[in-house]
Amino acid sequence: MPEMLALQDLSVNYGPVAALKGIDLSLQEGEAVALLGANGAGKSTTLRTVSGIVRPRQGSVRYRGKDIGRLDPGVIVGLGVAHCPEGRRVFAGMTVLENLKLGASRRGDEAGVRQDIGRMEELFPVLGERRQQRAGTLSGGEQQMLAIARALMSSPRLLLLDEPSLGLAPLLVETIFETLAELKRAGVTLLLVEQNARVALELVDRALVLRTGNVVASGSSAELKRDPQVVEAYLGGGR
Amino acid sequence: MRPGRLVLFAAGMVAVGLAAPHIGEYPMRVLLVMGIEIIMVVSMALSNGFTGVFSLGHVGFIGLGAYAAAILTLPVTAKHAYLRDLPGFLSHVSLGFLPATLVAGALCVLVAFLVGLPLMRLSGHYVTVATLGLLVIVNVVLVNADAFTRGSRTFTGVLPYTTIWWVLGWLAVTWLVSSRIAYSPFGRAMRVSREDLVAAEAVGIDILPTRLTAFVVSAFFSGVAGALYAHYLTSFSPHAFYFPLMIQLLVMLVVGGMSSLTGASVGVVVVTILSEVLRNLERGFHLGALHVPPLYGASQVTLGVIFILIMVFRPQGLLGDFELVLVPRSRRSRLAGTTPEETEVQA
Amino acid sequence: MNVFDYVSQQLVNAVSLGSLYALIAVGLSLVFGILNLINFAHGDMMMVGAFAALLLQSAGVPFPVALLGGIVFGGLAGFVMERTAFRPVRGAPDVTMLLTSLGVTYILENLGILLFSASPRNFPLPAWLGHVYKLAGGRITFTNINVLTLVFSVVAFLFLYWFVTRTAVGLGMRATAEDLIAARLVGVRVNLVIVVAFVLASAFAGLAGMLWAAQVGVAYPLMGFTPMLKSFVAAIIGGFGTIEGALLGGYVLGALEIAIVAFLPPSVSPYRDAIVFGLLIVLLLFRPGGITNVRREVKL
Repeated sequence: MPEMLALQDLSVNYGPVAALKGIDLSLQEGEAVALLGANGAGKSTTLRTVSGIVRPRQGSVRYRGKDIGRLDPGVIVGLGVAHCPEGRRVFAGMTVLENLKLGASRRGDEAGVRQDIGRMEELFPVLGERRQQRAGTLSGGEQQMLAIARALMSSPRLLLLDEPSLGLAPLLVETIFETLAELKRAGVTLLLVEQNARVALELVDRALVLRTGNVVASGSSAELKRDPQVVEAYLGGGR
Repeated sequence: MRPGRLVLFAAGMVAVGLAAPHIGEYPMRVLLVMGIEIIMVVSMALSNGFTGVFSLGHVGFIGLGAYAAAILTLPVTAKHAYLRDLPGFLSHVSLGFLPATLVAGALCVLVAFLVGLPLMRLSGHYVTVATLGLLVIVNVVLVNADAFTRGSRTFTGVLPYTTIWWVLGWLAVTWLVSSRIAYSPFGRAMRVSREDLVAAEAVGIDILPTRLTAFVVSAFFSGVAGALYAHYLTSFSPHAFYFPLMIQLLVMLVVGGMSSLTGASVGVVVVTILSEVLRNLERGFHLGALHVPPLYGASQVTLGVIFILIMVFRPQGLLGDFELVLVPRSRRSRLAGTTPEETEVQA
Repeated sequence: MNVFDYVSQQLVNAVSLGSLYALIAVGLSLVFGILNLINFAHGDMMMVGAFAALLLQSAGVPFPVALLGGIVFGGLAGFVMERTAFRPVRGAPDVTMLLTSLGVTYILENLGILLFSASPRNFPLPAWLGHVYKLAGGRITFTNINVLTLVFSVVAFLFLYWFVTRTAVGLGMRATAEDLIAARLVGVRVNLVIVVAFVLASAFAGLAGMLWAAQVGVAYPLMGFTPMLKSFVAAIIGGFGTIEGALLGGYVLGALEIAIVAFLPPSVSPYRDAIVFGLLIVLLLFRPGGITNVRREVKL
């Protein structure tokens, strides 16, 4: 069975700047993997390349065996990959309900969509309460929930999450990550980018550490939690 | 100034000036208009191409310059005849061509300064749209200031002062001044602020004075061109300095390359020749057994199509950033670090 | 005529004019909101609509159908324009796109002059449109043309509202205007959204063209030019890039123009357009977001 996601020797440039310098990554179905590292390490770039916003300069991106490196982001969504972007990027001028509907842009089954909206509101009750509210009026945590829900509306098999804990209070971060754990249990494959390494390693099976476009460490979360260098750099004090 | 190249240029222009009266009345008029339009388009290139501020308002300065100069040179008798409501001193004064042109240019400088001060602060779309507003306002004022301009009626009786020598002379001045500015350290600042606003500010280049200066200088030459144009046409109305002229100049600017003074000049020549050719074809022609009937107006449509094609396939114009430079090599090597596209032509 | 009647009459005029500005402005805002493009060729869609209706009627088509025809041809022209001129330059710097739109208007206007000659043509109207209503003992008057203008504008905006809140493409349009990247990430069909935006914008402009021609009685190839510029100011007044902004700005400008002519001394009236554009410059300097204070962030 082909891997859920396979990145091979992936290089990505922003103009003259090399953001990714030939990284390899593979995900099996049902796994949860984290990409760790400092700002500018290339974590977000990796996700953007998978979801099709950015084109690879070299190397391949395979989703369930299919090369998606040159596909339109909308097509990639239709194939089952959803990207919950950095900074949430909910449509602030539109209602919660409209945001959710937009998440289902590539789906044709109206009844299924309505059902899923109901499911999202069960998963995140606060969204149900604020159905008709403009997304811009939601708090940071609520917006994050909306962003995740919106991504889930496309019924993805692979969910890409970019910094879901950014700017959120610790209690909210816990709530969000509990939800992510539920999703993992439900069989959704997760690729998570996080600066908060501690909370990420609690959730995922494996992680890779990126630095300036290269993979500098990888292993199971247990291994990485013990690795002194990783602990020093990403799990140490001063958070 | 590097003597060799400069002399070559001067000689070339003198040759053109001497040859002009002998090439026929119509070709000479075409040449004359071309020269004036080069001044107009080079001014636009100076402002638009080098600072990243895309101004659609230069035709307003052309119009101001035209009317100002024409009013000043009009013989007193003519003024009494049909510009009876001119205020005080204007109706008793009649200037020579050069002083009138200079005053016209100065007026444009003043207006450009006053208007530019607030406008150059804007960015992107906003400044473009604001300059468009400026063009409309100038037009409305010209149409309504009856006492000065005869409103929308034809302003006639302007003395035909414009000769090929005046055009060549002002053309030389425009080229020299513009290229001095564009290739001075100041000009380099302009180019940088065009390329990357944030980077420019980061290295301490003050955007506002840079842009304002380019705007004001280009307004001066637009005004001069207007004066030349007025004394070539000898009769005109405000509509001559409105959108049709603006679009025509834009087409020329874009075809040649709006980031290059040489490009601007080349653009004028290419478009003029093309227009003439197309206009001849408008009268209908035979292509073998095919007879194409007269299609008046088709030349403009064709030009428009060419314009779009350039936007799609070569938005940097025919010449891109290429420049035929009058500044000497020694000075240019001191400008080490200028954009790599600048290529020096070996004379 | 007492003050109340005078003001009421001016109100009627303002609504009529404002409706037209709103119809034209909304198209400009739709396209700008999504593409960051100021489409100078938008005004020429008025010409398309008006001339389509004119020619159809000359061919014997009854007015209501000709009206529909104008809307359809307007939309069609928008589609062609997007495909041939704007799609190829998508992604280019804003200046390039602006220049392209100038090129398109140059072509369209000269094509119009080539085909129809620059001189104004009578815009045929069925007699019942000329019917005059008199209120307040004849001191306030308006015609069926004014009624038609208002009715069609209301219908058009209701349709638009329905479209952007109840259809997938409409939702996608609003999403794209807000955040292009996020819209792509959720799978919005951006290409389709853009085409539809152009078609809608141009259809509205075509409608406005016919109503304008009906109001002034004539149509000519350059007819859309000044209205487009004015509607652009209207859109900025209301807040450029949003439908509400265009709607609001259209009526505000209509009222403003009527007010300038009706309530200021006659010597000022000819400078009406200069005042309007002066206002534009002031707005751009101090409140570029317009009344609704639209803020456009460039999200990378």
